[in-house]
Amino acid sequence: MSIVGFDAVSVGYNGREALAGFTDEVASGEWLGVIGPNGAGKSSLLRAAAGLIDYTGSISVGTPLETISGRERAKLVAYVPQEPLIPDDMTALDYVLLGRTPYVGYFGTEGPRDREIVAGVLARLGLEEFANRYLGALSGGERQRIVLARALAQEAPVLLLDEPTSALDIGHQQSALELIAELRHTQGITVISALHDLTLAAAYTDRLVMLNNGEIVASGTAAEVLTANRLGRVYDVRVNVTVDPEDGSVVVVPRRSGP
Amino acid sequence: MVWYGAGLAFVLGAVLIGASIGPAGPAWWRVPLELANRLPLVGFDSGVSEAEWNIVWKIRMPRVLLGGLVGGMLSVAGASYQGVFRNPLVDPYLLGSAAGAGLGATLALTIGRDLTTSWPIDPVPTAAFVVAVLAVGVTYAVGGAFAGSRSGVTLVLAGVAVVSFTTAIQTFVLQRNLDVVREVFQWILGRLSGATWADVVLVLPYVVVSCVVLMLHRRHLDVFRVGDDEAATLGMSVSRVRLVIVVAATLGTAAVVSVSGLIGFVGLVVPHAVRLMAGAGYRRLLPLSMMFGAGFLILADIPGRMLTSPAETPIGVVTAFVGAPFFIYLLRARPVAT
Repeated sequence: MSIVGFDAVSVGYNGREALAGFTDEVASGEWLGVIGPNGAGKSSLLRAAAGLIDYTGSISVGTPLETISGRERAKLVAYVPQEPLIPDDMTALDYVLLGRTPYVGYFGTEGPRDREIVAGVLARLGLEEFANRYLGALSGGERQRIVLARALAQEAPVLLLDEPTSALDIGHQQSALELIAELRHTQGITVISALHDLTLAAAYTDRLVMLNNGEIVASGTAAEVLTANRLGRVYDVRVNVTVDPEDGSVVVVPRRSGP
Repeated sequence: MVWYGAGLAFVLGAVLIGASIGPAGPAWWRVPLELANRLPLVGFDSGVSEAEWNIVWKIRMPRVLLGGLVGGMLSVAGASYQGVFRNPLVDPYLLGSAAGAGLGATLALTIGRDLTTSWPIDPVPTAAFVVAVLAVGVTYAVGGAFAGSRSGVTLVLAGVAVVSFTTAIQTFVLQRNLDVVREVFQWILGRLSGATWADVVLVLPYVVVSCVVLMLHRRHLDVFRVGDDEAATLGMSVSRVRLVIVVAATLGTAAVVSVSGLIGFVGLVVPHAVRLMAGAGYRRLLPLSMMFGAGFLILADIPGRMLTSPAETPIGVVTAFVGAPFFIYLLRARPVAT
């Protein structure tokens, strides 16, 4: 059901192709990491899937997303932008309740069932104590989890994350990614995320797609995609890539040029 | 609930005070007595003569109620505009309704004067209303034509252009008809004097429809707070909902402005005062803005008729004079989170 199919998805932006004929199929429950240098088309891919920008081709989650209403799409796909707009003077509970918007009637308001679901999400993410706090009073890591909670309250089988950890320190990066990994297993959610940190991308995702200038340069496991050679070519960077022979984990370390 | 109670008490108190105080008529304390006397099943002598009662009921009451309608409408419209544009510095005149109404009134008072002498209705409010709605319509058309998508920012910029253009025409027309400058200026400053029950009945349907539509979109306004993009991914048709809210707010604003003139500051300051007191969620903000806005304008009208009696101090002067310091006090007491 929650297989995400991309069929020749192209995004034009100011006369330039930000994404050129992206075709892929993401399995149910898979975590796909989208990597690539700045401007490679990662955000365009996610924004197209979220229905925020026009594209050609087709994206389907069971049904083609182009043929359904925004409300129906929101029940299938939840999206967390790179820099979510956080209203400082809104309580965490009210914010997470906004995730129920696709299920609330046009003139309606959240019902007991919506409140139940939101309470469940807050409990699962260990956020109950923040429910009545204002978002402006929360730390970056706490806000990140609240935003994730809002996306989960949407109960969509597909979760799109644009650089979910870029604003966090290394500890909060890890805990955020651990949380996503755990939720994916317990909830069976399909995750597609753009990631900057290649080592973290390698550690947490099932599969990587590397984009450059809007095109796929490589797709496969971390060990297949992240070669020193390819990274040097695509990112214009000098790195050492180490693959642990036992568990296959990949570590990307930048190398300085001088002595 | 406490805040709704406070809002209701504020409005009722303001109506009572507004009806009791005035340069002519009975002693102020006799008016509440007479109002009670007029209730069913109650009968006693309040000492108010029939002539005095006429002053209260035919002159003060419509003025008080019209003030309430105007204040409530401008405040709800202001809060709604602030919501859909996610901009706290916005008032209901943003997209050109005030400038349009000003132009409409100017045209009616100048070139329309000879044409409309035989009309059964006063052409000034009609022209103000029509041109106000027209100006906002042009803003919407221009905002959409340039950027392709009617984002909040392009609409606001289009509004700036339309306001400048409209004001330019108004200035041009005025400059060639200097004999009506005083009249137009008085109209622009806003006034509730001379309000009749007919005025109240005239704007009431617009205010009711506009407020009901806006109230029904309270939750949408909360969704707007997370930004257009995220609101869209939550399944809201951002452009369509924004259009509905702007149309409703504009119709209501244009209707009240056409009878009261351009009373400034209410639509900006009342929603802020309510936010600072009772929180920023739109589900509470809209109804509370309506109540406190209505009460505020009724009270603001009192010094206007007393200070320089028998001449009138324009109510727009009073709202700014009272509202601005109050606003600064609120900001000092609790800084606005952006």
